[in-house]
Amino acid sequence: MTTNTKHETQIIVDPDVPLVRIIREFEAPVEKVFRAHTDPEIFKQWTGPNGYENEIETFDCRTGGSYRYKTSGDGWEGWFRGSFHEVRPNSVIIQTFNYEDIPDGVSLDRIEFEDLGDGRTRLTSTSLVDSFEGRDAFIASGMEVGVNEGYQRLDAILAAS
Amino acid sequence: MVDYTAADPLSDVFSALADPTRRDIVARLAVGDATVTELAEPYDVTVQAVSKHLKVLEGAGLVSRSRDAQRRPVHLEAEVFDLMTKWIERYRQLAEERYRRLDAFLETMPDNEKEEGK
Repeated sequence: MTTNTKHETQIIVDPDVPLVRIIREFEAPVEKVFRAHTDPEIFKQWTGPNGYENEIETFDCRTGGSYRYKTSGDGWEGWFRGSFHEVRPNSVIIQTFNYEDIPDGVSLDRIEFEDLGDGRTRLTSTSLVDSFEGRDAFIASGMEVGVNEGYQRLDAILAAS
Repeated sequence: MVDYTAADPLSDVFSALADPTRRDIVARLAVGDATVTELAEPYDVTVQAVSKHLKVLEGAGLVSRSRDAQRRPVHLEAEVFDLMTKWIERYRQLAEERYRRLDAFLETMPDNEKEEGK
């Protein structure tokens, strides 16, 4: 699974459970990586696709808190929201994540922060949804064009076989 | 415009591959085409059971069978695999982009909150 350069993101798409797992290491202590997830002023500056801006309405990152923010760019905007179910400093954030236009498509996310020593941190982010269709939509999110083109190609392959 | 909500091909592919026997069949077909009888050999199941698995794989577009040849060997559609892999890779790349921005922020962040007030 681990390939090329030292910090490339790894992805696991589970065949048996509708989840996606992303693993990434950072050259920064766990406290910093954790704070970059809990401080809205920092979070809004790195989350979302390249070239998109985030505007935060609510971001109360503590157990029982919630969040809501708008991502916009490229003539598109969308609202995202969820609940912080469990927040343990420098250890774990368990939250829901939802694109408001698809209210039923909620994912349960577990973000684990692992102190690797020497000021390095491993981040493991697992998103679980309630169906494989939902998981696929999740993978397909933010790449509308690619997926539609892909489906057309797949249609063509299916028609030919 | 094609309605993609009616069918979910990617999902069919994933659920077809959710079964260990079917994953095994796909792995064997990656080496080369094989007949149903050949595919059934290593398993403690009937040819009918293997045929059932093949129907699911066929339905997802992962395998095809030639109609004319008498042996009707089963063929793996590598292109469908590539397609799925590409989607996953794209998703991975989006995460990587996001985390590279985070890398940049982590470099500029003070080591702890106390230092921020200084």
